[in-house]
Amino acid sequence: MRLAHFTTLIAGLFVAGFASAFEVEDRRLFEASPQRSVLKVISTADLDVFTPIIRAFQADNPGIAVDYTVTGTTDLMGAIHDEGAQFDLAISSAMDLQTKLVNDGFAQPYTAPANVLPDWAIWRDHLFAFTQEPAVLVVSDRFFAPGEAPRNRDELITLLRENPDRFRGRIGTYDVRTSGFGYLVATQDSRNSEAFWRLMEVMGRLDAKLYCCSGDMIRDVASGELGLAYNVLGSYAASQLQSTKGFRIVPLSDFVNVMLRTSLIPANAENVEDARTMVDFLSGLNRRADLVTASGLPGIDSTALQENPSLRPIRFGPGLLVFLDQLKRQNFLRSWESSLVQE
Amino acid sequence: MNPRNSIRGRLFLQLVGVAALLSLAFFLVVRGVAERAAEGTQDDILLASATAIADSLRSEDGQVTLDLPYSALSMLGTISDDRVFYRVVSAGDTLTGYADLPLADPAPTLGNPAFSTLVYRGDEVRAAAVVRAVGPATDSQAVIVSVAQTRLGLAAISRRITTTATGVGIGFFLLATLLSLWASHLALRPIVRMTNSVARRGPQDLRAVPSDPPEELAPLVEALNSFMARLSASLSRTEDFIAEAAHRVRTPLATVRAQAELTHRKLTKPEHKQAVREMIRAIDESSRSAGQMLDHAMVTFRADALAQDELDLAALMNEVCDRLAPTADLKDITIKRALPDAPVAFKGDGILLQAALQNILDNAIKYSSEDSTITASVTVASDLHLSFSDQGRGLDGIDISELTTRFNRGSNADDVVGSGLGLTIADEVARAHGGQLKIVPNDKGVGACVSLTLPR
Repeated sequence: MRLAHFTTLIAGLFVAGFASAFEVEDRRLFEASPQRSVLKVISTADLDVFTPIIRAFQADNPGIAVDYTVTGTTDLMGAIHDEGAQFDLAISSAMDLQTKLVNDGFAQPYTAPANVLPDWAIWRDHLFAFTQEPAVLVVSDRFFAPGEAPRNRDELITLLRENPDRFRGRIGTYDVRTSGFGYLVATQDSRNSEAFWRLMEVMGRLDAKLYCCSGDMIRDVASGELGLAYNVLGSYAASQLQSTKGFRIVPLSDFVNVMLRTSLIPANAENVEDARTMVDFLSGLNRRADLVTASGLPGIDSTALQENPSLRPIRFGPGLLVFLDQLKRQNFLRSWESSLVQE
Repeated sequence: MNPRNSIRGRLFLQLVGVAALLSLAFFLVVRGVAERAAEGTQDDILLASATAIADSLRSEDGQVTLDLPYSALSMLGTISDDRVFYRVVSAGDTLTGYADLPLADPAPTLGNPAFSTLVYRGDEVRAAAVVRAVGPATDSQAVIVSVAQTRLGLAAISRRITTTATGVGIGFFLLATLLSLWASHLALRPIVRMTNSVARRGPQDLRAVPSDPPEELAPLVEALNSFMARLSASLSRTEDFIAEAAHRVRTPLATVRAQAELTHRKLTKPEHKQAVREMIRAIDESSRSAGQMLDHAMVTFRADALAQDELDLAALMNEVCDRLAPTADLKDITIKRALPDAPVAFKGDGILLQAALQNILDNAIKYSSEDSTITASVTVASDLHLSFSDQGRGLDGIDISELTTRFNRGSNADDVVGSGLGLTIADEVARAHGGQLKIVPNDKGVGACVSLTLPR
């Protein structure tokens, strides 16, 4: 997740002169002593989110030092796809880009132990999901009394249409042109429901604010700057809720897109054995309640999906490549801009 | 068992060979059909995908544009997790997709999609390409849409089919092998049955084979039966001839002997008397041989339909001793009788047994030196033993089994006149009664003991 954590960049851990074109947001070496091997991980998950997971991994597998590099989803894609950067494991929240990496032959297969992950959480033995994170509506307590928040997209549209003055400039959503996660959930929304374009139209008329990251949206909703934010990363919102007051999470009842955070072992990985160990460790995330709490990342849990049929995990497959098509992307962004950015 | 030399083996091998061929054919056909079906399925989906993409091509302000349908690519994920590549080419320029994806060769034409298998990014891919004219009729452009997919799913399906087909083929073959074994056994059962029925027969049983043979064996059975009938007829003709010949020889011989005896008495010169005695001896021998031949013919004849007389073997023995006592007296041979007082009951053919005992005793007398003793005994144990023990020249180094063969005589009997039929007759009678003839060297030194052993 590309959160607003650029300020937390620890200069001392940043390796100067990292010879690559992709933007390194953060980097840290988790040492092990005695050190047996080094696992080079490139990830889109922030350090403070992933540190407890890496520590637990090292406790289970002593001797493995973890060299953890944080970058954005697009940069991660570019680093591996175009620049040939060498990493042992790539972790990203952009399912579509990860799918493209696998499809274009930049990942290597690994036959994970059976019965740990459900079938839908693995693609081609190349891509392994380890979290399921919903895109949710976040509403401000200052705008909505308990029980008044819209329950589905139609109610949301009606609410916005009927109260234009109240919500003008008070709505937030992802700028899909810059956010990989925003683009993914927006395209999935457009597939799932015609209501999406109406919603974008309405939000555009109400001068919706565009954000790069969930964190900023939640901050503004909590402060009452925004009345509501659409398509916020639910896992992040849930973990923020523990420390921040003033907002509520509304899972919409018509459908909720569930994004899967995935890991893959790049084709040019050197430390494949430890990478596989990490894949296995991440697959079992849901059995480590302490880590789920510490990282705020909900593990893969088929039961949760069965209990709530409105949760729609985004399915792996070549379909995810469609919105990466340059013409398709241009078309989508053009439609999105004409709806939302009504200059 | 050398399978080449056994009908069952050959039948089995041929059936197994056919089963192996059928299994192989089955395997190849199943795999071929299934793989073609799987390939066909992939081609169909690739074509559907390419068509879906082509359908969404449109022209905007003279520019070809495309709104890639989600289903066009997602449908390719439904049958396998294979990698997917696509390319849309308009007027030689790649509109979108993988610009380095090779185009199908031969190129598709309007209405005729093209399929090709090519190597892309190190993997074998199957590609479908369609061409579509886009734009106004006056200024349309040919746009080629090519969709390709790796064939790992197909390979997996093929492996699975091959495994299944192999398993089924092997199972089919094993089952067929078992059935072949059973079938070859079953097919040959009539032959086995007939073989057994023929093998169980005694040497004299030349009746026709009664079993109802399978069609294929009928000629063989017919030939066998006809052969046995001819053999039987020939045998009986021979026996008849011998009996007739012996009978015809014996009668004139008796006349000649009587005349010779008369002449002997009238002669005075010792050398003439000696010559006539020699003549009489020769006549006796001939007559005896003729008698034995008659006996033998009778044994052969009667053995087929054995009479079941109530006999007393002790009395029978007595009678035989009485009958041959004069012959023994001529050589001053004493016949000692060691017979039980009580009668020894036995069910059998009296005439045959008498002939057998007579021949054995006659033999014993013939080969005994003058002034010796022959012991005739009847003992009752688990079997009945009728024995004659002599003090003759014995059976020094003679193959006993050969003595009972027709016209075979001991190698030390050259100086004694004989036909070699005596023990043969005794042996055949013993066999006809389920017993046997035993010839053993005498345990009391010289001589031999010949006994007829009969079951009680």
